Amino acid sequence: MAGDVMTKTINQKAWLFVIPVVVLVAFNAIIPLMTVVNYSVQESFGENTFFWAGVRWFEELLSSERFHASLLRSVMFTAIILFIEVPLGIAISLTMPRKGPWVSVCLVLMALPLLIPWNVVGAMWNIMALPDIGLLGHTLNAIGWSYNYTRQPFDAWFTIVLMDVWHWTSLIVLLCYAGLVSIPPAYYQAAKIDGARPWAVFRYIQLPKLKYVLTIAILLRFMDSFMIYTEVVVVTGGGPGNSTTFLSIDLVKTALGQFDLGPAAAMSLVYFLIILLLSWLFYTLMMRNEAR
Amino acid sequence: MSLELKNISKRVGADVHIHETSLTLEPGSFNTLLGPTLAGKTTLMQIMAGLERPTGGEIWFRGKNVTGVPVQKRNVSMVYQQFINYPNFTVYENIASPLRVAGFDRSEIERRVGEAAELLRLVPMLQRRPNELSGGQQQRTAIARALVKDSDIILLDEPLANLDYKLREELRDELPKFFAGRECIVVYATTEPLEALLFSGNTATLSAGRVTQFGPTADIYRRPADLVSARVFSDPPINTARVTKLGREVLIGKTVRLPVGGVVAGIPDGEYTIGIRPHHITPERRQSAAAVIEGTVLIAELGGSESVLHVDFAGQTWVSQSPGIHPLKVGERASLYVDMKHALFFDGDHRLVEGSE
Amino acid sequence: MARIVLRDLRHSYVAAPQTDADWALKRLTLDWADGGAYALLGPSGCGKTTLLNLISGLLTPTEGSILFDGRDVTTASPEARNIAQVFQFPVIYDTMTVYDNLAFPLRNRRVDDRAIDQRVREVATMLELDTMLKRRASGLTADEKQKISLGRGLVRSDVNVIMFDEPLTVIDPHLKWVLRSKLKELHQRILRTMIYVTHDQTEALTFADQVVVMKDGEVVQVGTPVELFERPTHTFVGHFIGSPGMNVLPCEVRDGQAFFAGNAVGTSNGTAYRGSGTRLELGVRPEFVTFAGSGIPVEIVRIVDAGRYRIVETAHGASRVKLVVPEDEPLPSTGAHIRFAPEHTRVYENGWLVT
Repeated sequence: MAGDVMTKTINQKAWLFVIPVVVLVAFNAIIPLMTVVNYSVQESFGENTFFWAGVRWFEELLSSERFHASLLRSVMFTAIILFIEVPLGIAISLTMPRKGPWVSVCLVLMALPLLIPWNVVGAMWNIMALPDIGLLGHTLNAIGWSYNYTRQPFDAWFTIVLMDVWHWTSLIVLLCYAGLVSIPPAYYQAAKIDGARPWAVFRYIQLPKLKYVLTIAILLRFMDSFMIYTEVVVVTGGGPGNSTTFLSIDLVKTALGQFDLGPAAAMSLVYFLIILLLSWLFYTLMMRNEAR
Repeated sequence: MSLELKNISKRVGADVHIHETSLTLEPGSFNTLLGPTLAGKTTLMQIMAGLERPTGGEIWFRGKNVTGVPVQKRNVSMVYQQFINYPNFTVYENIASPLRVAGFDRSEIERRVGEAAELLRLVPMLQRRPNELSGGQQQRTAIARALVKDSDIILLDEPLANLDYKLREELRDELPKFFAGRECIVVYATTEPLEALLFSGNTATLSAGRVTQFGPTADIYRRPADLVSARVFSDPPINTARVTKLGREVLIGKTVRLPVGGVVAGIPDGEYTIGIRPHHITPERRQSAAAVIEGTVLIAELGGSESVLHVDFAGQTWVSQSPGIHPLKVGERASLYVDMKHALFFDGDHRLVEGSE
Repeated sequence: MARIVLRDLRHSYVAAPQTDADWALKRLTLDWADGGAYALLGPSGCGKTTLLNLISGLLTPTEGSILFDGRDVTTASPEARNIAQVFQFPVIYDTMTVYDNLAFPLRNRRVDDRAIDQRVREVATMLELDTMLKRRASGLTADEKQKISLGRGLVRSDVNVIMFDEPLTVIDPHLKWVLRSKLKELHQRILRTMIYVTHDQTEALTFADQVVVMKDGEVVQVGTPVELFERPTHTFVGHFIGSPGMNVLPCEVRDGQAFFAGNAVGTSNGTAYRGSGTRLELGVRPEFVTFAGSGIPVEIVRIVDAGRYRIVETAHGASRVKLVVPEDEPLPSTGAHIRFAPEHTRVYENGWLVT
């Protein structure tokens, strides 16, 4: 049966089911997108006065220091996040039991962080990291680290990285766990018989079999961490100063804070294109690795 | 009421899954699709069912063109290799499901399910769920579900492959009884030539997406149209060798002569490929018209009731299969007798040459 | 190479087994000589895979002991026992080449590279994999992958026993046949102890020197393929081995003479019967039933052409008797009579051979 592709027979009635969704998507995504594109090439002065600006906003944006800085911060943040969360996620999934009464307990524990609304996550960590009364803040200060995330950039970064790791590592854990559970026991038995050490078992059996799920997990985490907004805003507001102002925060500041629709729209588009490009690159690289 | 495939072909991208094929299947017939894995049996069955559209050609049923008709509109049933049943339904509900969908009333459903359960010996299990049944019972439930619909076409895709060999034998014995007396067209896919033979009916041999031959099973077995069909229809694999025929002798590999007597007199002299099935080569002389070959035993597989010997002769390995235990040892010189009466001669295009039977 | 002794072995998957049904493997004792080819044959659920895993060390038995060459290995790990196992579906390391796959067990045991190279090439040639050593293992066909699995077991020269757990399951019939012969050839060449688990009697009988027939966790009969075929000690063995299996017909025995449906039938063990008439059956294989001018009158119900023989199903009253008739032999058209070969006809009481 392998190699045969099942194609559905053509049924025109199916289009009727799709129309409502198309309408919805058009309303919520395509039309706003077109509006943004529209704004990005115009200059607005108050109500309904628009002048054609061409690529001016884009030029300004791409040469602005501020944009480069926030882009760099986003990239660094994503890199740190992936670097910590992926190995940690894999490690945790390896230690989770695959059979027995503890399985459901572990799965629920792992799922909990993912279920909390993002601004609540931000609020939780905001309070927890308060240097005087927060559990984390107070403990850190007690052991000698003069910790204050509202004043020191390093502490702010530390806090939001920690928060993101706490929040999102579970996603990687659950995906990898699903992948691990599907490996037939015969592989482990054969490795035992071959005298393979645990590291070899991981490298030659588990990791290759996790390739698919890891691709998805890494891609998801990459996109989400690059676009992160809510949690950071609730905890640090982008501060202290600009130190945690990522692209998304910068964008909102420009659009809503300064009400500069043109530059904001241009920045949105550029942001969108960057993510699209990087995701595509990522995906192609991972897929190419395995087609080889 | 017959199913006609007219010049059906299936391409996916650059790959040809099915080469141009025309087949006519008569109602009440049992048709076996025989071929190795990936030969195209499943694709062909899916085209017959309407699950796949052919890239070229047409399908006609009962004199009407049904090529574009989706599977829901065609009256077909399918049984798969992996005992597919609704896990949450009892056996009764599983068998009743197509009837419920078709809107039959309760008494009719009860009657038909009862009949099918009786035929497939499932009556004591009607209230159980599939996961409480053995493999054989699960597959019988799937077959009952296919039968109860009274479909025009029933397709079975290697349904016995996941069963124990003995269970497979039993179910295989019973299978024709399930379809006896019905007007439906049964199509059964398998990789084992023995199954095709045991079902008799018609067989289509498939190889690499091509139907090489279609006809009554015994005919195809005894007179395969070409070498490919002969190979598909042999288990253990048929012995082949390139030979040159000269008068009453056959020259194998340019050096070894095999006197074959008058059996193959009707064939003109020349180059051929000869095909001899292993059970026509035996360590005992059975027919007077047998040719003798002498070779060294390479492998001796002595089973409970038969011996399979691999012998080195004329530069290649010949396989002999014979009843009884012949305790020959590896390295021994052995004489084997070849029944040339059943030898098949294939010409340069690998087509069967008449006159050799 | 090792002599394997299983003493009073019993195994249960349940923590505290109470009834008979809780035991996957009921008490058994087996003694296998060095270098032989053995098969564990039986239907699904008979315990053969459990037994295999106990021998290989993937399971520790609930009771009993296992000895390799006199050494108690009951609690030893698979590595310590030095075994190799080939599973139902090919288990290979996808990311490695064929060469690296074969070298893996030796590298884990820190054998030096030159010795590894020599051994890997030797085994690859034996298995006809030498042309694809540089290829990635994941791209090969099922039978080639199974050969790699087998090769990993063969590279280690100190392997005591090689176990096969229904290794031909995913292989095509044509290649199944080729691979089976290859395994036999291999065994003849390297003379290592091999244990082969299967539910397919053809595989078991052609491969093994000694076959252990199992049912419901118990050993029913141990013997050579010929013994099992010609002298089944239980009707189950007679039925399970042989395609079609042995004819089992109700009978009576009076004064040492067996009767089937009123007809006197010669048997090889009828005179040994001293019992009181509990369930008595006659066992005779279809290969040993022939058509004759006179004998038991039957009606031919079905003829199936299997190529090199035909299976003829006949009926006498409510009983069905199957015959295997060779290819070219003529069949009677009317008024058929059948005859059982006396030396191959036996009386069974409650399923067991009367002795």
